[in-house]
Amino acid sequence: MSRFMKARIAAVGQISTTVRRLTLVPAESGQSFTPFSPGSHIVLGIPGEGRTCRNAYSLISAPDDSSQYCIAVRRQPLSRGGSEAIHSRIKVGDVLEMSAPANLFLPQWQARHHLMLAGGIGITPFLSYLPELERRGASWELHLRSQDLDAVRFPEAAAHVASGGITQYRLERPNLAALLSRQPAGTHVYICGPQGMIDAVHAAAAALHWSSARVHHEVFAAPAPGMPFTAVARNSGVEVAVEADESLLEALERSGVETTSLCRGGVCGQCRVELLDGEAEHRDAFLNDQERASQRCIMPCVSRARSASLVLDL
Amino acid sequence: MQFAPRDDQAFHGQFTFKNSAHAIKRFPFPFPEDEYRYSVNIEPHALPGKSGSITEHMLDIDEHYLSETAERARVLDSDPKRCLVMPHMQPAAWDFLEFVMTYYARDYPESFSFERQGDDCHWRNHLLGLEQSFRMGDDTTLPMAPLDYIGRQVQGDIALLDQRDGDLFMDAGMITCPADWSLAFDAGMSFSQWHGPVPLAHEMGIFERALKYLCAIQVGGPVHRLNWTMTIHPRMDSSPETFSEWGSDRATITPDNAGRDVHLRVELQTLVRMPRSHALFFGIRTYLINLDDLCTNPVWQSRLLKVLHTLPPELIEYKGLTRYLPSVLEWLERREAGVGASQAEKQSA
Ligand code: FES
Repeated sequence: MSRFMKARIAAVGQISTTVRRLTLVPAESGQSFTPFSPGSHIVLGIPGEGRTCRNAYSLISAPDDSSQYCIAVRRQPLSRGGSEAIHSRIKVGDVLEMSAPANLFLPQWQARHHLMLAGGIGITPFLSYLPELERRGASWELHLRSQDLDAVRFPEAAAHVASGGITQYRLERPNLAALLSRQPAGTHVYICGPQGMIDAVHAAAAALHWSSARVHHEVFAAPAPGMPFTAVARNSGVEVAVEADESLLEALERSGVETTSLCRGGVCGQCRVELLDGEAEHRDAFLNDQERASQRCIMPCVSRARSASLVLDL
Repeated sequence: MQFAPRDDQAFHGQFTFKNSAHAIKRFPFPFPEDEYRYSVNIEPHALPGKSGSITEHMLDIDEHYLSETAERARVLDSDPKRCLVMPHMQPAAWDFLEFVMTYYARDYPESFSFERQGDDCHWRNHLLGLEQSFRMGDDTTLPMAPLDYIGRQVQGDIALLDQRDGDLFMDAGMITCPADWSLAFDAGMSFSQWHGPVPLAHEMGIFERALKYLCAIQVGGPVHRLNWTMTIHPRMDSSPETFSEWGSDRATITPDNAGRDVHLRVELQTLVRMPRSHALFFGIRTYLINLDDLCTNPVWQSRLLKVLHTLPPELIEYKGLTRYLPSVLEWLERREAGVGASQAEKQSA
């Protein structure tokens, strides 16, 4: 991952027994973060035992506030280390690596009405929607289903719970068919929550003949990493360990192997190399299906290995 | 300062536009190899770029700044529809204004300054002699709409693309120097719609790939590419709306006047994600050079000749070169032969 900056934990708050709210500020005083668009997330590097864990978190603070970013983190029962560390070790004053905000879940500004459906911690991307929807005078409603999370505990949401903009469900589920069928034409629906909820809303919308272009769900960018593996540049006689959070191309460059590249995003075709041995996990948009299946070439700027090592004609 | 802007150049009428030796030297020659190949030649716009080059800064300004902004004002006065902002793009227009002011002031501090206290802003453009206090995001505090205001101070065309449903839509922009396309016509179109006419590219799946990549551009990760065509006379505004003024120029080219009248037209296209609105800014900075000036560089001369010889017919047609390409080739061949001869003379001497 590129474009890292350093962020300092300025405050830690407890939203529920399992959810913490962190306030991040620029590590150096006098700096500010970039403003961001509603629905943006950052990737936070959380130092753990032996390795840094990189997790994506939605920004929940107001998008035009560049003095600080806020996130909310749920303690995951099967934590890979990230959420566990945030709940047990991270404290005010700690400095962490953070990516620039990226957005894969943007409000559709042409919608007549915005219907947001959140499951538990899935409320987070919508918290940054609210100030901008309000600022633009857009029409919206938010439904939160959670057994233990109360939107009132989020300073970003409290006023909207009181005014009725946010409807909450504890053990019962919202009646999706009823909810969707009373929406005005031109409504867009956004879902962030467990896969079952996403599927249920898509199914309910399809049953009512909603165009799929009006149904959106959050997909976090799997922040590029994958399994570490070994790359062998046969002609140069170089063997290099590709770390989980660097690309094959970066690893080759690091070890001084001559490569060409242009877009570094899997579209231009410049970095293509012959694969002599090993199995590639193709992540590019350049190769066609036949080329992928043949396992005879790979685009090292984005693609990785499925096998323990890859032997390249370099 | 790297450049000395001059305001005495016209892109119409007598066509007094001229490149200085410095401008010729930094001209973005677009052909990396002898054969022309269609490709997705997008790369990260890593800043700062090479010192003095057109990609040194986020936004490039050169000696033609005053002439080009004057030309832009002239075109806008005669056709205000060249600037267009759909209502949902208002926030993107403000985003863009803030972006331009920030980078112009940072990269060209002798020419621009931008001070800011919260939303209270003060902007100075020394080159155009403008000074303005305003509140960020408040339309009533500017003399005109935000894109209109800042667009008139920007060198290069501007499109602001809205992203939805995995596609990009041309929903705002200020386009006064297009190479034969029109904002009014393309407005509201999706990426694949406005690229509809490009031959070959569709079959090669280039657009599908490029679109995916462009949609994934994030804040802090701008990219750029070069595009090229040819234009008769240094005419910035070769839009379909003014075709009647320039269409017939193509018939005037002979092997004798090609060096003076035929211009290589190179666009530095920059794509930058706007932070607040998530709109994608598509900047088109146009560089013009006539063949006489271009061929003061012998490497460029022989490569241009080779590239033009290998152009597929569909592209010759698409780029509008059909009529005068033979004259250009003859002019180049004569010149190559001349250069070759003088080199041979030198060697035998
Ligand atoms: S560098 Fe463009 S595909 Fe790898």
